[in-house]
Amino acid sequence: MSSNLVAAGDHPVYDYKVVRQFAIMTIVWGIVGMGVGVLIAAQLYWPQLNDIFQPYTHFGRLRPLHTNAVIFAFGGCALFGTSYYVVQRTCQAKLFGGWLVPFTFWGWQLVIVLAAITLPLGYTTSKEYAELEWPIDILIAVVWVSYAIVFFGTIVKRKTAHIYVANWFYGGFILTVAVLHIVNSAAIPVSWMKSYSAYAGAADAMVQWWYGHNAVGFFLTAGFLGMMYYFVPKQADRPVYSYQLSIVHFWALISIYIWAGAHHLHYSALPDWAQSLGMVMSLILLAPSWGGMINGIMTLSGAWHKLRTDPTLRFLVVSLSFYGMSTFEGPMMSIKTVNALSHNTDWTIGHVHSGALGWVAMISIGAVYHLLPILFGRKEMYSVRLINVHFWLATIGTVLYIASMWVNGIMQGLMWRAFNDDGTLTYSFVEAVQASYPGYLVRFIGGAFFFSGMLLMAYNAYRTAQAPSEEKTQTGAEPQAV
Amino acid sequence: MSTFWSLWIIGLTLINLVLVLWVLLANRKVAVRDDETPENRTTGHVYDGIEEYDNPLPRWWFKMFIATFIFAGAYLIIYPGLGAFEGLAGWTQENQLEKQQMKADALYSEQFGKYNAMPIAELARDRDAMKMGLRLFANNCAVCHGADGGGNYGFPNLTDNDWLWGGEPETIKQTLINGRKGIMPPWAAILGEEGIAETTEYVLSLSGREHDSELASAGAEHFQRNCVVCHGADGSGNHALGAPNLTDDIWLYGGQPQDIRQTLRDGRNGVMPAQKELLKESRIHLLAAYVYSLSLPLDEQQ
Repeated sequence: MSSNLVAAGDHPVYDYKVVRQFAIMTIVWGIVGMGVGVLIAAQLYWPQLNDIFQPYTHFGRLRPLHTNAVIFAFGGCALFGTSYYVVQRTCQAKLFGGWLVPFTFWGWQLVIVLAAITLPLGYTTSKEYAELEWPIDILIAVVWVSYAIVFFGTIVKRKTAHIYVANWFYGGFILTVAVLHIVNSAAIPVSWMKSYSAYAGAADAMVQWWYGHNAVGFFLTAGFLGMMYYFVPKQADRPVYSYQLSIVHFWALISIYIWAGAHHLHYSALPDWAQSLGMVMSLILLAPSWGGMINGIMTLSGAWHKLRTDPTLRFLVVSLSFYGMSTFEGPMMSIKTVNALSHNTDWTIGHVHSGALGWVAMISIGAVYHLLPILFGRKEMYSVRLINVHFWLATIGTVLYIASMWVNGIMQGLMWRAFNDDGTLTYSFVEAVQASYPGYLVRFIGGAFFFSGMLLMAYNAYRTAQAPSEEKTQTGAEPQAV
Repeated sequence: MSTFWSLWIIGLTLINLVLVLWVLLANRKVAVRDDETPENRTTGHVYDGIEEYDNPLPRWWFKMFIATFIFAGAYLIIYPGLGAFEGLAGWTQENQLEKQQMKADALYSEQFGKYNAMPIAELARDRDAMKMGLRLFANNCAVCHGADGGGNYGFPNLTDNDWLWGGEPETIKQTLINGRKGIMPPWAAILGEEGIAETTEYVLSLSGREHDSELASAGAEHFQRNCVVCHGADGSGNHALGAPNLTDDIWLYGGQPQDIRQTLRDGRNGVMPAQKELLKESRIHLLAAYVYSLSLPLDEQQ
């Protein structure tokens, strides 16, 4: 971890308090979000678990709580925290914005708490990944605009000549998510907790999936690529593989992703041309997506041996492998013929989780393990061994999860389309559900593996923060890179 | 789609693709083969200790990128995608569906068609035909009526030889073809809560259920005034209207006093959807025979 301590030259005192807050909440919300995920996975195997406290613990109410908690609470805190850290250090400037900085932290936490209250109560716009009702949507918009002011304000006052590639991705993510959120959440309120979308019919579906897919493309991809471009070279202590590749895949990724959402609406009321265009753009997206993976993994050339001893680096590199796998799978599933089989099956759930667990969660975990010792002024984490255990729990959990969902998904797709000689369906729907049960159990076990890793992480983080530290007693103030 | 919007879509699409292609080609000047030693020149930028190599784009990656562009170009020429341009293949999702349906119809019409001429009562005793009927039932009817046809709350039992609309073969077929709407109007406004309680006791008495005979005799008057039009003077129902027989102790919406009170108070609205557009004549013929067979004596069922 010597790279953490490399002198950064003459720079101002960085604002690490907000980074520390977000890093801790990343772990807390990760545990909450994944815990709910394990619970709803268990509900699909043991349906009586729906009845813990009806109607609040019903699958239909907890599922949006799970997705919102892992994407926006866990992923969001990881993005806020790392972007604030990276933009300061690569621009050699303290965060811009004064009170706006703590406002983004507390505002975002308030959004999450409101989500955790209103979703189980049944308040929902019924738009996937945008379920929160309009008063919360307005709060999100205000916090997000403040985030943009802090981030871009810091870039403006940078002391470096150029803007580092990580900040291109973070910046693209912040701007686009603002546009996506505001456009898709446009609604006409009828009461404090009920509103109707500003769009109707197929247009509403198209706006929703333009938003939905770019929540994946920008929130869960561009933002985390920003994270990757800082923490991978930093942890590996190697130069980024190719600046040219950064340029090409950045512009290609952000301009093509925005078209791809229509692939969620194949064979629907959406006009044929929009469906085809969504599919074509999704296929072109393969190369730009892989550009990020190549640039990350090739950064390790000459430093592969570090993987043997550094489990944090292992998290970062394995996350890139899962990223490459899901971004191959995605374009493939967007092909109409493949989609006709995969749509509405568990394959989609598996695909999302190979991205969410394998890519988003693993890179965030790696980044947080990199950050914690720096933020708390320690030489390294309390236990590197526990990071290693966490790594294996996360990897095995992810593999169990996605493999079981592949099997389930393809089986369901094939069972739904199986015909008898007389043209009748071979299986009734419930037979496909019954056949999915073993997969649901394996998925639950995989999720539990991943979740237990997060508990280890929390323990490790707690012990790291509690450990006596020379640096802390000496400086007495905000710990910072020396 | 108007010409303006068509051109708008085509313009945006092509401009975006051309710009991406330009960025790709413009950054390819120093492309070298994978097996050559990368130059590993750095750009000279340093950010927080991170440097950047100026390595060329990996050749295989560049080729893959170009290949997706070629695929995209070909696809957008053959299939719809560029605004109002329909594509050379003339493909639409509707004509894909129609083609598949025509193929299926041609394939299966013979299989089902051979039973068209057979009377339903005879068909119900044909083992092979009833196997197909069972599968059709499982695909289309079991969701409401249960896999065994035993019915569910609000969905009639098809195995008890008790019929709302009549159990003759042709009547069953009509039920399938055109569907049925069984409407029991709400009586809360006319009878009042007291009248509903009294009528409920009378209805309970019709099937010999436990009831309060004093209230029932008051209920009999309400019944004579309001209910006999559909359910008949003796409560035995009317197939022409789908009015259930109230004397046989078979209940579509439950036979407990509170169930009956709710039926009287709020009415009921039973819908059997019409199948003629969905299943077509020969499948309906076979299904009618299957439903008919469910009420046959056990030793005659196939």
